[in-house]
Amino acid sequence: MFTETPISRQKQRTENIVRILLLVVTSLMILPLLLIIGYLLYKALPVLSLEFLFTNPKDNMRAGGLWAPFLGTIYLVVVSLLVSAPIGVLAAVYLNEYARENWFTRITNLAVVNLAGVPSIVHALFGVGAFVLFAGLGESILAASLTLAIMTLPVIIASTTEALKAVPMSFREACWNLGATRWQTIRRIVLPNSISGILTGVILQVSRAAGETAPIMFTGAVFYKSIAEGDLFAYNITEQCMALSLHLFTISTQVPDVTEGIPYGTAIVLVATVLLVNAASIALRVYLRTRKKW
Amino acid sequence: MNTNGNRNSQTAPVIEINDLTVRYGDTPALNGISFDVYKNEILGIIGPAQSGKTTLLKVINRTLEFTAGTTVEGSVKLDGVDVNTVGDVYGLRRRIGMVLPLPVGLPLSIYDNVAFAPRTAGVRAKSELDEIVERCLQQAALWDEVKDRLNTLGTKLSGGQQQRLTIARALSHQPEILCLDEFSIAVDPITTMRIEDVLKELRAEMTILLVTNLIQQAKRLANRTAFMLNGDLVEIDTTDVIFSDSPGSQATYDYVNGNFG
Repeated sequence: MFTETPISRQKQRTENIVRILLLVVTSLMILPLLLIIGYLLYKALPVLSLEFLFTNPKDNMRAGGLWAPFLGTIYLVVVSLLVSAPIGVLAAVYLNEYARENWFTRITNLAVVNLAGVPSIVHALFGVGAFVLFAGLGESILAASLTLAIMTLPVIIASTTEALKAVPMSFREACWNLGATRWQTIRRIVLPNSISGILTGVILQVSRAAGETAPIMFTGAVFYKSIAEGDLFAYNITEQCMALSLHLFTISTQVPDVTEGIPYGTAIVLVATVLLVNAASIALRVYLRTRKKW
Repeated sequence: MNTNGNRNSQTAPVIEINDLTVRYGDTPALNGISFDVYKNEILGIIGPAQSGKTTLLKVINRTLEFTAGTTVEGSVKLDGVDVNTVGDVYGLRRRIGMVLPLPVGLPLSIYDNVAFAPRTAGVRAKSELDEIVERCLQQAALWDEVKDRLNTLGTKLSGGQQQRLTIARALSHQPEILCLDEFSIAVDPITTMRIEDVLKELRAEMTILLVTNLIQQAKRLANRTAFMLNGDLVEIDTTDVIFSDSPGSQATYDYVNGNFG
């Protein structure tokens, strides 16, 4: 009854082929990442040092370090998150916990989905019109951050909604049966048990915001600006700043005779910043999951 | 076991349900049912799936409002007051203890599970909360098993313990009415018996609506039993009559005796 038959051999063969095929495809996916990082590191090694990170670009950006663009990127990311995280999370809480299924919520959800699909260059033009010109912010860190915030908002709403949906409906029903209001239910049960998912969703948006060039190049990022080295408060958010992504673009395409390692070093710092933030979010998720309560 | 078949005429009803019709969208769930529930009785509600038992309970404590697209006609009165006109719906829900089919330990400690409702109602004093927690866990026959670990998570208890925790939680706001919706569905027979003993004692203090798929459970516990079918109330009478050889309806006889359909 359990002996091999031609059909069972055939099935086993197909199974093996499929498994190997899938494994190869998956490995191919990892390969580019390893190649990119490996190649960048190899090329950037001559210039990488702490000094590279903490000095301003010099000599029309043909030499020196990354301090001004690095700090600028941090400013842009932090300010945009300060705006988009609370708005996005609160909007998601409303849509998921309060809103009834009607035309308003349908339109809002549609808007969120479509906003997520808008190309970043279009966000940039919107930012120029809305924040730089109409709101009168001028080209500034604030205007650029707000543009980035608009861009990350829909994704934060989507990831927060996912996290809220992961809290079982039965918890909410139990609370309502006990005479708790919606808000009491949200504050005591829903938010404490979805905060890990919400936070990781928010943090992952940092990487997107940090890497974007288009939305900031017309709204606040500047070709060159010299700031106090090592001073974390060197920028004023009503003024323009440099940014890693734009800096990489300019020294790679606009400036002749740049020391060869510098663009690669810039790329490595940009990638490392993003990866560090992602790693932090993964660590946070793992830590909070060990405290999962059901 | 039933001795209270005629209490109808003696006491004023606690719950008066009058011509209650509920629809989910266009789908009818309850078709104009009417009956009264009397103080300190256990009213068994039996009937196959889709007969509207759970919907009925949700109308009484107005949690049906959380389901979109429902329409409710007719009235449900609690002590003579229409539940749809009460000003404080949260207070209304606290007058009714609700136990759902699957045990739900909230992701809080055992202590916080039971203290949840009193806290949302504004009780802050530690001594008062301690007292409520101990009394309710005692009533739910869970105290002896958990008294040394009140700070562990309620979700880590076994299914049967969680269901007793759910009952303790439902008792924590001192309800006048306790609704149990197929509470024994996820509980082993021994635990079921322990909870049934608990219910027999609670009858002295409150009115109990017992929705159950275990027909024998209604027979063991209920003073009166209602038989529902496809959103209609087929018949409601003393448990003795429902389980006799000649209940008011042939459908009741068939359902109770297991030769339904």
